Amino acid sequence: MTSYLAAEATAVTAAADGAVHTYAWLLIAFPLLGAAILLLGGRRTNTWGHWLAIAMSLASFAWAVTSLFALLSYAPADRSRVVEVYRWIEVGGFSADVSLLLDPLSITFVLLITGVGSLIHIYSVGYMAHDDSRRRFFAYLNLFVAAMLVLVLADNYALLFLGWEGVGLASYLLIGFWQYKPSAAVAAKKAFLINRVGDIGLLIAIMVLFTTFGTVAFGPLFEAAPGAGQGVMTAVGLLLLLGACGKSAQLPLQAWLLDAMEGPTPVSALIHAATMVTAGVYLIVRSGPIFEAAPTAQLVVTIVGAATLLAGAAIGCAKDDIKKALAGSTMSQIGYMVLAAGLGPIGYAAAIAHLVTHGFFKAGLFLGAGSVMHGMNDEVDMRRYGALRSAMPITFATFGLGYLAIIGVPFLSGWWTKEGIIQAAFDSGGVTGQILGWATLLGAGLTAFYMSRIMFMTFFGKKRWAEDAHPHESPMSMTVPMIVLAVGSVALGALLVFNYTLAQFLAPVVGAPHHEFDLAHMVLSPYSLIALALMLAGVAFAWVRYARADVPGAAPKGNFVTVAARNELYGNAVNEGLFMRPGLVLTKASTAFDNSVVDGLVNGVARWVKGSSEGLRLTQTGFARSYALTMLFGAAIVVATTLGVSFA
Amino acid sequence: MSPLSLSVLAAPAVITEPPEIDYGLLSPMLVVFAVGVIGVAVEAFAPKDKRRIVQLWLAGLGLLAAFVLTVLQVGAVTGPEAGVAIAFGTVMVDGPALFFQGTILVLALVSLLLIAEHRDGESAFAAQAATVPGSGEEAEHRLAGSQHTEVYPLVMFAVLGMQLFVSAGDFLTMFIALEVMSLPLYLLCGLARTRRLFSQEAALKYFLLGAFSSAFFLFGIAMVYGYAGSVQFGAVHEAIGAGGAGTIENGEPLLLIGIALIAVGLLFKVGAVPFHNWKPDVYQGAPTPITALMASCTLVAAFGALLRVFYVAFGGAVWEWRPMMWVVAILTMVVAAAIAVTQRDVKRLLAYSSVVHAGFILTAVVAASPEGLAGAMFYLAAYGFTTIGAFAVVTLVRAREGGGEAGELAQWAGLGRTSPFLACSLALFLLAFAGIPLTSGFIGKFAVFEAAVAAGATPLVIVGVLSSAVTAFFYVRIIVLMFFADPAESAPKVLKPGALTGTAIIVGVAATLILGVFPGPVLDNLVPQPVPEAVNGTQPAEAGMVPGDMFVR
Repeated sequence: MTSYLAAEATAVTAAADGAVHTYAWLLIAFPLLGAAILLLGGRRTNTWGHWLAIAMSLASFAWAVTSLFALLSYAPADRSRVVEVYRWIEVGGFSADVSLLLDPLSITFVLLITGVGSLIHIYSVGYMAHDDSRRRFFAYLNLFVAAMLVLVLADNYALLFLGWEGVGLASYLLIGFWQYKPSAAVAAKKAFLINRVGDIGLLIAIMVLFTTFGTVAFGPLFEAAPGAGQGVMTAVGLLLLLGACGKSAQLPLQAWLLDAMEGPTPVSALIHAATMVTAGVYLIVRSGPIFEAAPTAQLVVTIVGAATLLAGAAIGCAKDDIKKALAGSTMSQIGYMVLAAGLGPIGYAAAIAHLVTHGFFKAGLFLGAGSVMHGMNDEVDMRRYGALRSAMPITFATFGLGYLAIIGVPFLSGWWTKEGIIQAAFDSGGVTGQILGWATLLGAGLTAFYMSRIMFMTFFGKKRWAEDAHPHESPMSMTVPMIVLAVGSVALGALLVFNYTLAQFLAPVVGAPHHEFDLAHMVLSPYSLIALALMLAGVAFAWVRYARADVPGAAPKGNFVTVAARNELYGNAVNEGLFMRPGLVLTKASTAFDNSVVDGLVNGVARWVKGSSEGLRLTQTGFARSYALTMLFGAAIVVATTLGVSFA
Repeated sequence: MSPLSLSVLAAPAVITEPPEIDYGLLSPMLVVFAVGVIGVAVEAFAPKDKRRIVQLWLAGLGLLAAFVLTVLQVGAVTGPEAGVAIAFGTVMVDGPALFFQGTILVLALVSLLLIAEHRDGESAFAAQAATVPGSGEEAEHRLAGSQHTEVYPLVMFAVLGMQLFVSAGDFLTMFIALEVMSLPLYLLCGLARTRRLFSQEAALKYFLLGAFSSAFFLFGIAMVYGYAGSVQFGAVHEAIGAGGAGTIENGEPLLLIGIALIAVGLLFKVGAVPFHNWKPDVYQGAPTPITALMASCTLVAAFGALLRVFYVAFGGAVWEWRPMMWVVAILTMVVAAAIAVTQRDVKRLLAYSSVVHAGFILTAVVAASPEGLAGAMFYLAAYGFTTIGAFAVVTLVRAREGGGEAGELAQWAGLGRTSPFLACSLALFLLAFAGIPLTSGFIGKFAVFEAAVAAGATPLVIVGVLSSAVTAFFYVRIIVLMFFADPAESAPKVLKPGALTGTAIIVGVAATLILGVFPGPVLDNLVPQPVPEAVNGTQPAEAGMVPGDMFVR
């Protein structure tokens, strides 16, 4: 996959001008300020804190829209704008800057983050209404938005890493938000630990880049990347991929995402479906020039994507917990994006388009799930749902539209963008292209099955409610965001993909689309028809199993595939055997080493310093005469050195 | 270069024309001097109960006015080598002089806030210094509420000496400035209200050793005069360039001994090892507000003078004095850091820390380049604010009995829980001392070390980094003690900061943060950008490029 588009993809990065771009840092400053006020203000802000958080998020969104229009006013090739926010230090040849990069790719993410983020802020007002620490929750949400914006707006890897760690921190705080639940605390810890593994990959990649190129800024790096050695680029590519796997819950670092569902549902929607988990995709697309210089790394990216796409779907098929089933689906959908991103320039735009539409319909699905839980006393087991469509009509309608979008019903959002990925996979050519393409098709069929399973078990069939359940529709503050997201689930795909609007917009960064837009081909190509057939088969199978037949209250034993999927394909067991046990042994060994050797050394040095300190203290006698004598000796030394050097 | 010094050399006859003196350029010093004199008159004529407030306003406004006048003169001396020599070249007004004077004035103003702090009618100074400590007479004065408002004029005279010290154009003026600066300080050191014997001992020690060092300084001046035939910095520079003034054959040893002895005098004021012994004793014994004044203003003044002497007068003999500076810098950084580790008293610890910092700044002196000068200037300003803030915190932590300051570090355990804001500010100051990024201390260290590396003094910088690692250890230990240890049995009582002390602490915090986060505006404008051919500062001694080009000669 040589990049024949590379020439077009290198847009010239210009310094920002105009007030809108010069003040791009406001995008980050708004939510950051909100978080600071809420955290520092304490209980005084309890009554109005959440409204402030929403206002800050909306302000950031408004500024993002303004920035978009300002960006559109330039010619496409000039749409990469570096905003130097502040030069921290410049001494000699060294300078450290904090600069933001406003370009089509980053602004797309900014709009998604602030847009969906604002909706979820609003939703949370209703969802968290009865929580005592709602203020803290909103502070963390704002903190997350700010960190995520730092991540996507950074114009260098160092700043990106700051945002990367920031979202990790926010995610940790929010997963463990209900700390009193041991499961939530454990899940937060698990997410934190697994993410560290990925972060180390990213960190080492940044260090390698810095030692190789002497810079971590995107512009000069990507210019130099094609000329660098294969070996280095492959290593960097694989390390970046490791980082992406951690954040985006791709194999083999996927295990934390399902447990992360312990967090409040708005968090699952915003962080663990729409935005943060897609950071890995952003990283791969942003680092495109590096991956294009390392075909091996690209191949590994596609393999990881394809494997996760199928594994996530399998897990989604087996879970009875509605949020965990949706989390499996998230893994699977991000697998699609990673796969597309690994294809190089022909896949970047498709990956980003799917990322954006997925952000909408998956957030909508999670909010729908949250709405169901809200009405069902926080019940998450789908075997206790059933026939909720009449009790919660709005939730049913919005969830249903999201459902239709994700399974790829033609002309809804998901169809447009998933078709793009399937097409790109087959277009990449060769045996690899065929294998990847069929994997995406199989994934489409599985998606239809597991999503239908969720849909039917929740809203159709017979009532299997717990005795004290009185399902009711959620308040306005919750339903309105769901409706907005549902509209996006329906229409956004067409808007972005028709005539390759988004792809053309992104072209200066990721390369132009590789052929003309052709609707007829898109609908009638054999692969498209196969995808449609597989989807219908999936839905039909689910209908037979979960809508027509009775759903037992307890999960049936199932065959070994089901059992494996239910156990998350033994991801935890693998982690335990492969990492935890050897890790424990290693920890013990290194503790012993630390105690005997390192501590011995350190303490020895400390003792030595202390000993010499005590010795030197004795010279401080307090007698003026001995001080004068010291001075005299000192003067003798000074005179001797001065004379000695000149006459020696 | 003023031709006058040469005429002095040619014909030491009496000059008959009156000197033309630009009083406008001298005005900052004249204002401070006038305020000092008026202060003395106030002591004589103002009623007893009004004196403190009158003196405070007088001194404050005087320092402020002097600062404004100093800033106004910046426009007059833009560009490299710009500057004006006044009164036969005895006083130089150039960029560095104005920067140091401005810094001294601001720091003195902040110190003045601490000096003026009053609590229940008690200041930090003895009621009547002339009484025998512990006598009935002393108790009488104490009860009568006597005050030493002479403190204010004394401070003004000391500040005047500092101003002149950094702008002196010849060695004799510099010596006079040194004494004008030092004599009031000797007195002020002996005025502590509590532990008076201790304080008086410190003052006497400071005086004796100061006199000793002055003798070295004077002797060095005589040697250099013998070599160069002039005491004027510019003339000394010319003479070194010409290989002697021709008065004495093979006069080089004279010059070298002169350089060494003058260095001893100046390094004493700076407090570099092995001339540092006075610092811990004096810092501990002096009233804390005066310690703050000395740790900030005196250090700035001493380094200002040191830089001028070694960059201008001895700028052509860099290779002769550099090895000596290396030795002193290394000794200072290593020995002081090592001793500081086992200190148990806060003020002594800060004194040793000040010695270590002097070592760091000496690495910039060794660099002998415009970058080194800029680095040292930034470092001094940043350190001055931070150190005043730290001493301000020290004044607030008092022993339960007697009302004296609780110097013992062990007593500070758990301070972070009882008074979080105070502990947080002190933690910030300590982090700045340790040179943690986003504080002014980091930028300062970075600037001086960068300059030293550029000048080829990498080994010195390695020693510096190791030494700062050791110092970081004891700074962090205090932070750990304050925040993670349980309050001690004899927990000190923490006074609520009054308006004056509070302002001093806030100024310290603000300066430490602002200079750490936005150092650009200050760092970039410290030194007029060198003219292009002088940019290659890596070989400063070559091609006629002398490190003193930022000073007027």
